Amino acid sequence: MGADFQLASEAGCHLNSGCGFPAPGLNEFDFKPIFTVGGVDFTKPMLLSIICAVLVVVFFWAAFAKPKILPGKLQLVGEIGYDFVKRSIVLETIGKKGEKYVPMLVSMFFFVWIMNIMSIIPFAQFPVMAKIAFPVGLAAVVWVTYMTLTFKKHGFVGGLKNLCWPSGIPGWVMFILVPIEFISNIFVRPFTLAVRAFANMFAGHLLIVVFSVASWYLLSPSIGALYGSVSFVVAVALTGFELLVQFLQAYIFVMLASSYIAGALEEAH
Amino acid sequence: MYPEVILAAEEQMNPLLPAWPEVIIGLLCFFIVFGLLGKKLLPSIENVLAERRDAIEGGMKRAEAAQEEAQALLEQYRGELAEARHEAARITEHAREQGAALIAEMREEGQRQRESIVAAGHAQIEADKKQATAALRQDVGSLASQLASRIVGESLEDHARQSGVIDRFLTELEAKAAASAGAK
Repeated sequence: MGADFQLASEAGCHLNSGCGFPAPGLNEFDFKPIFTVGGVDFTKPMLLSIICAVLVVVFFWAAFAKPKILPGKLQLVGEIGYDFVKRSIVLETIGKKGEKYVPMLVSMFFFVWIMNIMSIIPFAQFPVMAKIAFPVGLAAVVWVTYMTLTFKKHGFVGGLKNLCWPSGIPGWVMFILVPIEFISNIFVRPFTLAVRAFANMFAGHLLIVVFSVASWYLLSPSIGALYGSVSFVVAVALTGFELLVQFLQAYIFVMLASSYIAGALEEAH
Repeated sequence: MYPEVILAAEEQMNPLLPAWPEVIIGLLCFFIVFGLLGKKLLPSIENVLAERRDAIEGGMKRAEAAQEEAQALLEQYRGELAEARHEAARITEHAREQGAALIAEMREEGQRQRESIVAAGHAQIEADKKQATAALRQDVGSLASQLASRIVGESLEDHARQSGVIDRFLTELEAKAAASAGAK
């Protein structure tokens, strides 16, 4: 059904041509399978995520596979990106102990960022992170790391205490605070981590689609052409804005992952 | 027609429910990226970054050491130069003193030689004078006595020598000459 609807929105449907505004909706996030293997549909977001992984690997391979003391242009760009995530996010948040988690978080940052960027790449034009499965997978990786480190560092009881027992709080508040902390750290954190990235990309994509479809729909030999061009300008502006949001969401995702790891590695209080 | 389609689409998918195949593909992609970057690419760039840091820090340290060495050498040269100047001044002073002493000594020596030459001359002159006086006296005596004997006609030689007449006469002559010289 979704696929049919997509076709409808792409057809020559304009203002005053007898059809209503084909408002984009969830259908924009539902793709016709490219092929199906054993009842599992292989869809565009999957293809895009594979392309993203390949792009990240190819870029860093080209930049870092034969590193030189005097870097070439590509190596320099790679180094700037690597250094940014390493220093400004990981070491800033976790400190010297964070050195061990730099590769994971660097990989995560660039993978998430390029998946977000797919939103404005012609022909791709879909942020992979707007499919919640992808942020969920990555948030799960963060959550497993977070839990493993917490219990490895503090033991079972100490780990639980680290997760639910905030320091410097009077005893009677603990009755309220401990369950809140427990739920917050163990369930809410991974959930919000995934949903934040997903929702931002989802909403951004929807906005761009709405204005793009509207500018196409309003394009007609009438006053609608004016509205259509305004809508087009907004779509372009939103694309620029999304470029910022894509980076910011990747940054926030990795930043929060770092801060969870930092919390897990914190000395017992 | 469209609202129904949208409803149908909404029934079909819930955007908050992850599709498992996508989760698996996503994770697989992430772990491929993580594996390659974490195992190979990032360690290799870390090595190079460390090498570069070493090279820069080492270079700076080397430059610093070289500068320190140069500074030390400069100090040393300056010290040596000052010492050499001092030494030169000392040698010059010494030479000047020695020269002055030598000159003074030579002058003294010359003076002494001159004096001794002069003294020797004087002594010689004195001796010559005495000798000449004695010879003269003798000659004058013999000449006078020869003259007298010729005049007298008889040899008075032996007698005169015995009586010392000549000597007395000559002494008188000398005294006369001295008296006339004194009167002048």
